Amino acid sequence: MRDKKKIKITFIYLICILLAGATLFPIYWMVIVSMRSKLELFTGPKLYQTSIFVNNYYRPLFKDIYGKFLINSLIIATGNTGLVIFLAIFATYAFSRFKIWGSESLFFWTITNRMAPPAAFILPFFLIFTKIKLIDTHIGLILLYCIFNLPFAIWLLKGMIDAIPKELDEVASIDGCSMLGTLWHIILPVAKPGLAVTAMMTWIFSWNEYLFASVLTSMNARTITTGLAEFVTVIGTNWGEMAAVSVVCLLPAVIFLGYIQRYIITGLTFGAVKE
Amino acid sequence: MRTSQYKAWGLLAPTLVILFFIGLVPFLYVIYLSLFKYNIWSVRGMVFAGVDNFRKLMFDSSFMHSLGIGLTFVVITCSIETLLGLVIAIFLTNEFVGKGVFRTILTLPLAIAPITIGSIWVLMTNPDIGPLPYILHKFGIDYNIGVNAKQAFFTVVFMDIWHWTPFVTLTLLAGLTSFPKEPFEAAKVDGANKWQTLRYITLPLLTPVILTMLFIRVMDTFRIFDEVWMLTGGGPGTATRFVSIDVVRRVLVSTDYGYGSSMSVFLLYLTIVMCWLLLNIISITRKEVHER
Repeated sequence: MRDKKKIKITFIYLICILLAGATLFPIYWMVIVSMRSKLELFTGPKLYQTSIFVNNYYRPLFKDIYGKFLINSLIIATGNTGLVIFLAIFATYAFSRFKIWGSESLFFWTITNRMAPPAAFILPFFLIFTKIKLIDTHIGLILLYCIFNLPFAIWLLKGMIDAIPKELDEVASIDGCSMLGTLWHIILPVAKPGLAVTAMMTWIFSWNEYLFASVLTSMNARTITTGLAEFVTVIGTNWGEMAAVSVVCLLPAVIFLGYIQRYIITGLTFGAVKE
Repeated sequence: MRTSQYKAWGLLAPTLVILFFIGLVPFLYVIYLSLFKYNIWSVRGMVFAGVDNFRKLMFDSSFMHSLGIGLTFVVITCSIETLLGLVIAIFLTNEFVGKGVFRTILTLPLAIAPITIGSIWVLMTNPDIGPLPYILHKFGIDYNIGVNAKQAFFTVVFMDIWHWTPFVTLTLLAGLTSFPKEPFEAAKVDGANKWQTLRYITLPLLTPVILTMLFIRVMDTFRIFDEVWMLTGGGPGTATRFVSIDVVRRVLVSTDYGYGSSMSVFLLYLTIVMCWLLLNIISITRKEVHER
């Protein structure tokens, strides 16, 4: 019996290592490439690296324009997250605590907003943004990213605010708390962890967005993902630098991973599947 | 009761205003544009064309081709991801030390920017420096996704499977661990073997979760853009030119705004119909499972 168990455990770990390896290897390879100079890259694929060629990171970020793109991405992602969370708190409270006429169709509308292919929206946005002079501005992208982040934040937060007992609100209102007062003093403190996770995921989605940013910005508000996509050029790509910028793009995901991993499935499935 | 409705709408107002301007206005505008012949390089400017664009669209073999490969892509990736994800999820119901670390590793691809995923696979498949061509060359296979259409298509399939199988796995695992214990204990008492338990208890209970997951996967795969754009740019030829890429090329490269709009409208129409259908199917199966 013990032998059988031992075999089973070995088998489990074998599969785990295999799957983890398959998942991690491409990412590992990118990190390795980002540490190599051009000369090292063309001597054939080696699986390990002992030295780091810092210039791959230094030149694009400090000598080239990528530092600015990085700051743009930070501004846009943070601005969008702030706006989305602010709006979503009120909207979610309304959805969670009031019986709203038509909330079913609102749900459907926000879902389709989230699922719509961005490619179908680039032309109207391009023309409208040109007309009202929002092209190549931070504020333009900050507003635009609400299209997918706001529905997402509302439906993720709704599950969390629904879980707060309504009796708390009632006690507060008996004590003479106004509606906004209740929201501020009662709901927000309880919902803080949920808000933090929602904010992180919203932030990552803004950071990750590419298509809208590439069409609606040219220089001033260009984001890092857009810069990364422009690395592949006709005259020959500097693979080391491209890998380095990719690693920079990847960092926020890694930093936030520990916090969001418990909620990521709830978030990506609109709260339909809870972990 | 009246005042509470006012309060609710007051709370919702800012959200609705924003979603109106960035969701509804562009939507109506693109429908409007789709009724015109409009290319910025044309001297005639905007010319009203009625439904001409849509008539042309229905007989446009290149658009139908991109729809076709798009659907093929959806069917192949989603079925492989579901099967693979289901097997791994069932495997992960075993308890073992280090499971948390393994789950964290699986979560990683889900948080990475799609454009970075594309760049990761550019580095993996590049004929000069990538390990994949190097290894395949040892087996006598010439691997170059810049030239070989079939290889390009299946590399994109492989990339999508690599990217999204963890999502399927973790979603189904969340479903599997949320089940009530009674039916499984009853099955054990009745002497059902593992396969029978899986077939007659686990899978039926899991159906709503599988459908929800499939809904999200189908919609996301159908509109895939970033990764493919980065990896192949839709090429070689039209081998990986999925609908999103086709629309973007039509609008940005050919600047054919009127025709591009009609493609967009058609895509949005498909999206709405698919959302409506799939959400209805999900809510019906949910009810059925609850009634049992």
